[in-house]
Amino acid sequence: MTQTLLETTDLTVRFGGHVAVDHVTCAFRAGELTAIVGPNGAGKTTYFNLISGQIGASAGSVRLLGQDITRMGVARRCAMGLGRAFQLTNLFPALSVLENVRLVIQARRGKGFNLFSIAASHVEMTTAALAVLERVKLGALRDQKVSELSHGNQRKLEVAMLIALDPQVYMFDEPTAGMSVDEAPVVLDLIAELKHDSDRTILLVEHKMDVIAKLADRIIVLHNGALVADGPPAEVIASDVVQKVYMGREIADV
Amino acid sequence: MIDWLISGDRPRSVALGAVLLGILFSLAFAPFLFPGVRALDTAATILIFIVLVASYDLLLGYSGIVSFAHTMFFGLGAYGVALASIHMGPGWDALIVGALAGALSATVLAYAIGLFSLRVRAIFFAMITLAVASAVAVLVSQLFQLTGGEDGLTYRIPRALTPANRVGELFGVRINGRILAYYLLFFSCTALFLLLLRIVNSPFGRVLQSIRENDFRSEAIGYRVVAYRTAATCLSAAMAALAGSLYAIWLRYVGPDTTLSFEIMIDVLLMVVIGGMGTMYGAVIGATIFVLAQNYLQNLMGAASDATSALPLIPDLINPDRWLLWLGVLFVLSVYFFPTGIVGRLRAGR
Repeated sequence: MTQTLLETTDLTVRFGGHVAVDHVTCAFRAGELTAIVGPNGAGKTTYFNLISGQIGASAGSVRLLGQDITRMGVARRCAMGLGRAFQLTNLFPALSVLENVRLVIQARRGKGFNLFSIAASHVEMTTAALAVLERVKLGALRDQKVSELSHGNQRKLEVAMLIALDPQVYMFDEPTAGMSVDEAPVVLDLIAELKHDSDRTILLVEHKMDVIAKLADRIIVLHNGALVADGPPAEVIASDVVQKVYMGREIADV
Repeated sequence: MIDWLISGDRPRSVALGAVLLGILFSLAFAPFLFPGVRALDTAATILIFIVLVASYDLLLGYSGIVSFAHTMFFGLGAYGVALASIHMGPGWDALIVGALAGALSATVLAYAIGLFSLRVRAIFFAMITLAVASAVAVLVSQLFQLTGGEDGLTYRIPRALTPANRVGELFGVRINGRILAYYLLFFSCTALFLLLLRIVNSPFGRVLQSIRENDFRSEAIGYRVVAYRTAATCLSAAMAALAGSLYAIWLRYVGPDTTLSFEIMIDVLLMVVIGGMGTMYGAVIGATIFVLAQNYLQNLMGAASDATSALPLIPDLINPDRWLLWLGVLFVLSVYFFPTGIVGRLRAGR
């Protein structure tokens, strides 16, 4: 329970004079789901980008499973067990639903440089990909081109690709954004299921307070790039800082 | 068995399948179906260009990488065979050494270009390939003691592959070394094409497509995009060099105009686009149509011009001297009506 999987120390990034993430020090432990909240522009997604490596840090460090990964490329972090789903849907549009997930499984199995076999003949990878699609209820759409999917289904596929990656650190960036009311529960139930697996840690950027209250073990609050609150949901929601940051509106409703 | 050979990548359209089989049949029996030196020359050129265009499609269509150095790699293979045949004397060993040396130097050069420029933006890579290709073309024309300069090089190949080698007669066609050379080309090109088809349908090929679609996400699921792009560039360069070696065996001559010129680069680009990017079969159709048009459009127009000589204006419009104009019109129309290429059109119209 107490094993730290991911840790940021004084993590900072500046864009010109603007400090987008400001000395954030935080540890994420196995078996824990941490919700990251904060108003728009608080630096939540930038913090994610620093952790997963899309942006280089100006100062501070990121450690994954005890190893310093601050200077590592995105692909290597991913291979070490850091998986990320994106806020804006980020898929392979001209490829089929199945192929999108199959590519993830293939990456996981390290088969990318296999040049002389027929991809379709790796039945085991296809089966594994199909199993993941079934979990997000996309099995029936396996042969559809991704660009033809509805927005909600693209969001589900986004989540499916992260699950297929089977990482130790899951990073969800507003997984239910833009989903209809009856689509969101499929994804939220899945995240709840992942929580039971105690070797993993889950980071979740989310706006919807009901979702956070249901899933999170812990909330951290970012404001103007700095970490201003960290603790169990009830405690954080009730704290003065948060009331101030959010102008007392959204959170007070819970 | 056939499915294994074509790597499970079926034409997925009856019309496309029929066209491809027609081309395969015509090329396989070209010496018997279309006798004559010119016809055989055209068939051999089609074979070479199928491989050259397919190897370019691996880059452009499958990986989304724009390169202008493809004919440079083609030329490296051709000059490899030429130089080896001159310095080692005519022989099979010279052909093999030349082809391997050409492919190897193409791979090394592609690797160097890739490492320097594939990390940064795509346009930068395109510009670098253009610069390197121009530099090599200038070098080849300047180092005339080695390369023959603008005149190029002529050399001898094993006697078995020359017209002097008479073997006998089959179906009323005199079989000589030239026809044997044609079949050497036919089987080599078929093998190289099937190899390319396998590569694009392999797990590696799928990664390339994912990079073309969204390199950001490919990296995020754990593929090192630079490594894959570099590998694709090297593979494509090696294949182009092998096609160049075969061309050198066929022509028994290399020169800047036949292998290195920028015109060929543009032809290759057009063949990929007309056939259909990202579909290996597009290379077959694009190369066939293009090479046929280059070789026979003039004749066709001459015949049509004569046939319509009684009418006003029309004979002048289709005068054989204007064949380039009509070739241009054909391309504009085909790109306009088949934005996804002929293969894309045929597959969609299923």
